[in-house]
Amino acid sequence: MTAVSVSRRSFLAASLAGGAALTFEAKLAFAAAPGAAEPAMLGVFVSIAPDNTVTILAKNPEIGQGVKTMLPMLIAEELDVAWSQVKIKQADDNADKYGPQFAGGSMTTPLNWLPARQAGAGARAMLVAAAAQQWSVPAASLTTGEGMVKHAASGRSITYAALAPIAAKIAAPDLEKVPLKNPKDFKIVGKPRPGVDTPAIVRGEPLFGIDAHPQGMLYAAMVKCPVISGTLKSFDDAAVRKEKGVLAVVPITDGEIPAGKHNAVAIVGDSWWRVHKAREKLAVQWDTAGFDGYSTEGYAAQAKALLGATPAADLFRAGNADAAMSKAAKVVTADYAYPFLAHATLEPQNCTAVWHPDGKLEFWAPTQDPGTARGDIAKVLGIDPASMTIHMTRIGGGFGRRLMSDFMIQTACIAKALPGRPVKLLYDRTDDLRNDYFRPAGWHRMTAGIDASGALVALKDHFVTFGENGKPMRAAGMLASEFPGPELPDVHYGVSYLKTNVTTGWLRAPTSNAVAFVFQGFLDEVAEAAGTDLPELMRRTLGAGRKFPSSDPDEPVFDTARARGVVDAVCKFASWTGKRSTTPGKGRGFGFYFSHRGYFAEVVDLTVADGQITIDKVWVAGDIGSQVINPLNAEHQMQGAVIDGIAQALVWQPIEQKAGAVTQENFGDFPLIRINQTPGDVAITWVVTDNPPTGLGEPTLPPVIPAIANAIRDATGKRLRSLPLTLA
Amino acid sequence: MAISLTVNRKPRTVDVEPDKPLLWVLREDLNMPGTKFGCGAGLCGACTVILNGEAVRSCQTALSDAAGKEIVTIEGVTASPVGAKVVEAWTALDVPQCGYCQAGQIMSATALLTATPKPSADEVTAGMAGNVCRCATYLRIQKAIAEASKAISGAAA
Repeated sequence: MTAVSVSRRSFLAASLAGGAALTFEAKLAFAAAPGAAEPAMLGVFVSIAPDNTVTILAKNPEIGQGVKTMLPMLIAEELDVAWSQVKIKQADDNADKYGPQFAGGSMTTPLNWLPARQAGAGARAMLVAAAAQQWSVPAASLTTGEGMVKHAASGRSITYAALAPIAAKIAAPDLEKVPLKNPKDFKIVGKPRPGVDTPAIVRGEPLFGIDAHPQGMLYAAMVKCPVISGTLKSFDDAAVRKEKGVLAVVPITDGEIPAGKHNAVAIVGDSWWRVHKAREKLAVQWDTAGFDGYSTEGYAAQAKALLGATPAADLFRAGNADAAMSKAAKVVTADYAYPFLAHATLEPQNCTAVWHPDGKLEFWAPTQDPGTARGDIAKVLGIDPASMTIHMTRIGGGFGRRLMSDFMIQTACIAKALPGRPVKLLYDRTDDLRNDYFRPAGWHRMTAGIDASGALVALKDHFVTFGENGKPMRAAGMLASEFPGPELPDVHYGVSYLKTNVTTGWLRAPTSNAVAFVFQGFLDEVAEAAGTDLPELMRRTLGAGRKFPSSDPDEPVFDTARARGVVDAVCKFASWTGKRSTTPGKGRGFGFYFSHRGYFAEVVDLTVADGQITIDKVWVAGDIGSQVINPLNAEHQMQGAVIDGIAQALVWQPIEQKAGAVTQENFGDFPLIRINQTPGDVAITWVVTDNPPTGLGEPTLPPVIPAIANAIRDATGKRLRSLPLTLA
Repeated sequence: MAISLTVNRKPRTVDVEPDKPLLWVLREDLNMPGTKFGCGAGLCGACTVILNGEAVRSCQTALSDAAGKEIVTIEGVTASPVGAKVVEAWTALDVPQCGYCQAGQIMSATALLTATPKPSADEVTAGMAGNVCRCATYLRIQKAIAEASKAISGAAA
């Protein structure tokens, strides 16, 4: 998780540059006194129209995680309006005005739970102050509800709309001190709310990046070096330019971030279908020297050799693991591995931009991180970040892919070459699969020592991953404080690095989606050797309620009592007995993981028949604190994440490389999970604890992967230690 | 040469290359971007439309093959009673997450329920297996099809 937090740090740094990271920048800045017929702005998020319709800006990118509905729910709750009064609009990128605007790390809830409520409560306080002024009564004698201010003593009431023009002139209260509702009084939060865009989605309205269509727009397809990091040597576009509809050919060669990783030649014209077809007429030479020696087989062979050697560096050391192993009653050792994976968002990477005659750049972008993209584009093109406008479109799947800026930088380069003409760059599926920021592969040699009482007393992991200069590549790290390291007396986590030419990146529950499989799969082996089951081994290892700080100061403390809470809850929920399966082909497995501030334990029931694995049911117990904000969407996120985890465990093909190039082409050789592979049920139970609410996009995913591996062991007696899990 | 077809009950004429896929004709020439591009190879179902009553992948359907045919897209699906019930169920159950695949899912579900108003679980699986949802909204898709099926049978009774 090290790399994840690096990103988070940069997010926070970016937002801190504009002010405080953990509060809305709002400070309820006011527009000039609005005319009677105009909606009045109360702060930067809320405007109230004369018909008492309340428009709330949704500030973060919507990738299907539900924040376009969830953030306005928080504001509307404290503003004390009826949800039926609320209209929601997507904000443009403007972190100085709105605060952090990224969709990553399941951070939207923890970063906005208080500030969004404070923004709503601040606007409410100003409406109440306006009514107090009008009626010459103390503000404390007034109540609110459904967009009205009421004075019980005199029986008077007035709409927010009538008060808004006056309220807009009142000084904003201190948002840190503005009173907030007691959660037991919530009317909007905690109730199921359908997605705000659902009616438009089911009507096929243009919402997504690919649907952007500014007037006069041109289309661009790209020809990309098949070997990532390869650079453009030369090209001949004479034949391409003769093709119907082709208007320009634009090389994208310099200043890419990371440098040289995304050289391409863009073909621009009046139809994407035409320019895409015209690609076959382009003669192009690439320089791939130094990058064409990388292959899947090569990585595996190097990893095998490294696993047997001493780790290049220590990640974590406590006591003396080797000495403890030699004294242990039992020693268990096993090797685990997982492949590179692509994100495969169903909406391929795309972006639309226009370089206006005055030198200003305007984007319509499906980006998870517009602020970082703004900075990257400014750096590459040498322009002022403030000269860009970024409209955030709805996004056809993120999963971490669109935290990266590559597709926006490429679009900006094309737009710059064609000033005055909007242009949309669209990847085809093969471009998208081969030019990803992949979840990196990894290998672990795990060793555990068990004492005579059956307790886990010593642990070693030699982690072989991808890195350079003694540091892991993006999303290729592991926390030094990975459970159960700090909980045990004698531990050694060591690491060795391989090199690769491909770009790596964050895939939903990054690092956790791999490390959970390794550690919880291996701990199931330890439990078996110790004569117990994994939940019981977890209880013994977690011990009494203790708090372990993360090795990364940006990461949260690990609370063993909360971990214990979900372990016990899922065992009760699934009627876990710890008994091994007695029905051939039926198996049950357990997995736990703590990531993105959420504690999750899951039980999988599955059937193995004729070499086919069918997931019958998944049981989930989760602790994300005191409040589930939108239960309808929470269920959806959790079921989706569980099925996404099942896909990583059972369905997805690894991303493979030959001579430096990724070989996967489309959903034929990189299949996605389909309806026939969906479990019969994903059942959810909550452990509500007195902790601030945290996010749900990611933490449900990791535990299901080891739970499946452990259930396969139960059903078949086979330990599968490499993803995807396949029965030979 | 101009090619004529019927889209959502309206006659349309398009003068582009006859081998241009229907998907791109809809998106680029008829200004109907509800039908989505996902793979360009008939593997994901995002581009599903109904052509003469059958669910087809519009990325694999040349304009010339659609000539003279009746095409229904997501923009016009509620004109049929079955399509209207499907969209209603999709809305009531809040099926979409990102929503990108849902036009294709709705078209496949409409074709399925038009041909088979009370599908078995296996028939639902078979009818929907060509449509991927990267967010994995499959449990709600199954529920929505069951709801729509009930509503259709109720309306017919």
